[in-house]
Amino acid sequence: MPLLEVKNLIKTYAAPGGQRPDASAVHRVVEVAAFTLEAGEQRALRGESGSGKTTFLHLLAGILAPDSGSILLAGKEITKLSEAGRDRQRAESMGYIFQTFNLLQGHTALENVELGMAFGHGVDRAQAVALLQRVGLGDKLGHYPRQLSTGQQQRVAVARALANRPKLVLADEPTGNLDRRNAREALQLIREVCRESGAALLLVSHDERVLAQFEQMQDFMMINRALATPPTVFPR
Amino acid sequence: MIFNLIYRSLRQHLLATLVTAGSIALASGLLLTVWVVKTQSQAVFAATNSGFDAVLGARGSKLQLVLNAIFHLEASPGNLTAADFEMIRHQREVKTAIPLALGDNYQGWRIAGTTEALFTDVEYMPGHRYQVGRGERFFQIGKLEAVVGSYAAKKLGWRVGTTFHPSHGLIFNPQAEHHEETYTVVGVLAPTNTPVDRVIWIPLEGVQTMKGHNPLAATELSAVLLQLRAPEAGMMLNLRLNSSGGRLTFAYPIGTIVAELFNKIAWFDQVLTLVAWLVAVVASGSVLVSIYNSMSARARDIAILRALGARRRTVFGAVVGEAAVIGLLGATAGFAVFAGLAGSVAALIQAQTGVVLEPLQWNPVFCWGPAVFVGLCILGGCVPAFKAYRVSVAETIAPVS
Repeated sequence: MPLLEVKNLIKTYAAPGGQRPDASAVHRVVEVAAFTLEAGEQRALRGESGSGKTTFLHLLAGILAPDSGSILLAGKEITKLSEAGRDRQRAESMGYIFQTFNLLQGHTALENVELGMAFGHGVDRAQAVALLQRVGLGDKLGHYPRQLSTGQQQRVAVARALANRPKLVLADEPTGNLDRRNAREALQLIREVCRESGAALLLVSHDERVLAQFEQMQDFMMINRALATPPTVFPR
Repeated sequence: MIFNLIYRSLRQHLLATLVTAGSIALASGLLLTVWVVKTQSQAVFAATNSGFDAVLGARGSKLQLVLNAIFHLEASPGNLTAADFEMIRHQREVKTAIPLALGDNYQGWRIAGTTEALFTDVEYMPGHRYQVGRGERFFQIGKLEAVVGSYAAKKLGWRVGTTFHPSHGLIFNPQAEHHEETYTVVGVLAPTNTPVDRVIWIPLEGVQTMKGHNPLAATELSAVLLQLRAPEAGMMLNLRLNSSGGRLTFAYPIGTIVAELFNKIAWFDQVLTLVAWLVAVVASGSVLVSIYNSMSARARDIAILRALGARRRTVFGAVVGEAAVIGLLGATAGFAVFAGLAGSVAALIQAQTGVVLEPLQWNPVFCWGPAVFVGLCILGGCVPAFKAYRVSVAETIAPVS
């Protein structure tokens, strides 16, 4: 059984109001008929800006609820969970790496990593320290994000995403804000720590250099049928 | 975890935290001061009788009579004759009668003429008699000697051997000439925490026969302080002396008459309390505004926390908890503000009346006051907390791909 199994997943957004004559239009952003990811697998999804890949990751993470469809994570149906249930699921078994790192500025590197554990199984300081040492920041535990370079900040974000020992790590353009050298190192690091921890990795990017490093790569444009569907307009 | 979030947020917004907690501290200190001074002054003033049950004076206001004879504040409503004193002294209900003659001052400090019996026969509080320091003594009748209340002596810098010339009138007039007589201080009373501490005491006939006073009034008194044999005796004397429509006023019981004063100024009390509550509400509102204004900047942090798995109720609780901690910090610091403010007010009341308040004495407001402040802050914190609760993760952590 795959770690992640998506079926007939649909997510729509209402069009912004005031844009007549399409004020009542509903945009289908994500329409994925089938998608699977095995445990420990590392796969990249190629997608251009606006292709709905971030929304897709938000759906997988339970940040957003789909209109319909099914998301099974380790056999557990996420879409049937309440919002609080999805929060718990995310806290306990998923890691999320953002393009903009999204570190809390008022927290040190160590505290940011501990936050990654806090809402799941609880804080394990030794594990947090070990993770930061693993990503090469063992001497910067007490540094605040503003005191770190962008590459170092992304390393903290990587450590945080792995802090709760996730089954699945979702990475949304994780190297988008890094220069070429740091991007290469960050990507290598993400892949290594996911491999070491046994977590599956699903990474979305539009950067061909990033995508080229993955053995498993899919074009999100091919998966997401919504891109081929014009906006649905309901009669008034 | 929630405590950790609260701590980190307070640390991150340290300046705003301190400013807001400071405003809570000021408001809390003000409320505690108003409340403690209000409740304690009523109780202490009503209990202040310098050991006497009643006062006899000329026809007039009982309150004025008590304020004049016991608190040494008001002017006398008029004079009594020596015959009046003899009459009241021989009433079977009267245990002790102490004559009082007023009308002079020294730089605004009231000079009262009385007999030595005030110091030797009267307990100003149960079990407490007036005392002077070692080697000092009370004045002797017929001599130009004075015994000074502790507070007056301290403020005037007087000690045994100090001499002074009384000035005419109860209110100090620097232009007025003083009397020729030279009085010498022979004793300084030990503190009694009563209005007696603010008075310069001289022999009765000293006031009565002072040069410049009306010779026809040489035997007149301002009031007679009375100790009764039994409380019910006061009711009988009250009926006899006040219902006769005569020239006299029998002020009894003293505590009830003083309470009338507080009834008369109850509106002022209410205004002060209202102002204190308004300040409390405004200060609590500052918590709302302070946190609410920072919510836009915090929305991203909240969205990140939510993305990491924090539930809506967790972020709601963290914001409310932050408001509660600010309230708690403010209310705690409010005790320091209260100590300073109430200490100043108590010193002012002591300077003006001789009555000593003890603001640090236990008062229930010490419990419910801070609790109310924390409660108001929690209430104020609910508004930004609701905003935090509603933060949309997907919209706030905007897609950038």
